[in-house]
Amino acid sequence: MAPTSGDVSELTAAAAIDRVGAGEVSPAELFELYRDRAASERLGAFLLVSDNAPAIPAEAPLGGVPLAVKDVFCVADVPSTAASRILEGYRPPYTATAVERLAAAGAPMLGKTNMDEFAMGSSSENSAYGPVLNPWDEKRVPGGSSGGSAAAVAAGLAPWAIGTDTGGSIRQPAALCGVVGLKPTYGSVSRYGMIAFASSLDQCGPLTRDVTDAALLFRHLVGRDHRDSTSLEYPQPLEAPTAERLDGLRFGVPPELTGEGIERGVLDVFECVVATIEELGGGVEEVSLPHSAHGLSAYYVLAPAEASANLARFDGVRYGMRSGDGDLLSLYEETRAEGFGDEVKRRIMLGTYALSSGYYEAYYGRAQRVRTKIVEDFTDAFERVDLVLAPTSPTVAFELGERTADPLSMYLSDYCTVPMSLAGIPAISIPGGLSAGLPVGIQLAGPAFSEPRILDAALALERALAFDGGPARA
Amino acid sequence: MIDHAQVRHVARLARLRLGDSEIDRMARELSGILEHIEKIGELELDRVEPTSHVVPLENVLRPDEPRPSLSRERALEQAPAPVQRGFGVPSPGA
Repeated sequence: MAPTSGDVSELTAAAAIDRVGAGEVSPAELFELYRDRAASERLGAFLLVSDNAPAIPAEAPLGGVPLAVKDVFCVADVPSTAASRILEGYRPPYTATAVERLAAAGAPMLGKTNMDEFAMGSSSENSAYGPVLNPWDEKRVPGGSSGGSAAAVAAGLAPWAIGTDTGGSIRQPAALCGVVGLKPTYGSVSRYGMIAFASSLDQCGPLTRDVTDAALLFRHLVGRDHRDSTSLEYPQPLEAPTAERLDGLRFGVPPELTGEGIERGVLDVFECVVATIEELGGGVEEVSLPHSAHGLSAYYVLAPAEASANLARFDGVRYGMRSGDGDLLSLYEETRAEGFGDEVKRRIMLGTYALSSGYYEAYYGRAQRVRTKIVEDFTDAFERVDLVLAPTSPTVAFELGERTADPLSMYLSDYCTVPMSLAGIPAISIPGGLSAGLPVGIQLAGPAFSEPRILDAALALERALAFDGGPARA
Repeated sequence: MIDHAQVRHVARLARLRLGDSEIDRMARELSGILEHIEKIGELELDRVEPTSHVVPLENVLRPDEPRPSLSRERALEQAPAPVQRGFGVPSPGA
């Protein structure tokens, strides 16, 4: 008997691929089902929904299962705005490598998802096109900056999605929406066609309903791209994760990321996950990351500094909106004043200040040295343990408007995710359980290019924890 | 700490026009953020090398051969004010 559309939308992407392979559903039916869901959604998750289902070859490994794409990725001739007014109506002449590779593997673009403007934010409230609501509780934020992608996957509006993570922008929204989010090793996925925020930190990765789907998308994302000089060939073949046990794996819990500032309900879930790891045969010990408290400070110098340089290109000359009718300087100043939102202006100002004459060494120079200490913290930790275990976010999803008046309180949302970003190492967030009815994300981080180990451990944990994402799709 | 004059100077460097109320708010918000950031001043970092890139990469050269690139027409498609097959801008002024 043919499955009803309701059945199919409950499937993980990997299960949907199997249904396509068995001839029970066609890629075109799958696309139409999700296109209708995405086009009628009310969470503000999508900025654009694709019209047409592209033809998918029968042998495509991703089976035609459609993909939600964060609007920070350029797609040829499709509006790509990074949720900024300054790029309203912009249709790039080229497509991001990540989008191109996944489409070629059989995951066509379902639509573009909402986000914090230029990926700057932790709540998706900084979009020029309105906020995204959390499907677990529509009075709350989905996290950010990939909040549209996370909410779309959690609510069943898309089977899977990609986002970008600079200081936590995949992991934190995944945590707040109860889905899986993987930030890969820096350099493993091409950044070509990704509208740049902080180039030494930005990395593309999957947001999915489960670990198997994340591994599947990741496998088709990696690889050297001559158009991104920082991209690398992934050093080992990637297989689907299969682990059921954690015997012999050593997990390190940093007291710096599990103490003060972490909500009680988050710590309760975290402790349950630690107990589950031990039941599965894993060893858990304390491991210190002594400089992680300074990670946030270093990050909020380095990322804005890089952003201030990257966003200099938005000047009203070559693309995007233009304002001002005076001389060239007022054209620049007025275009940028009207085109950028408050948070983007704040970060450009912060970064310009940190790089300006007389302050460079005190801010940027010192922050780069703190980054070295954070890299060393992890190197030392990974001599003792295989993976670092920490909460993904200090709190569950907060209410819309709760942190917008105080930028620093918003920045503190990234406290647990920024150290891994600065070290360029991979980290995954998986749902660990609920606190007062809202999802809590648990983060697993490993050394550079340890994604296979991370995904295996995450799969074993996911099976044991049996988190139910159903309420968000109701 | 950052005062109004500094905010104006930085805004000029960043090519951002800020209104008076924005300058006031920016001074307050940036001061708050910088106060937090300045905690990295407590660390002993003199003998620590800076990190600008985390993955060890070696420079790679490619053959210096012409390859197709974006056509002029394609590159100008998104320009807000193309002029004579180029990007139009007003006079830089005095």
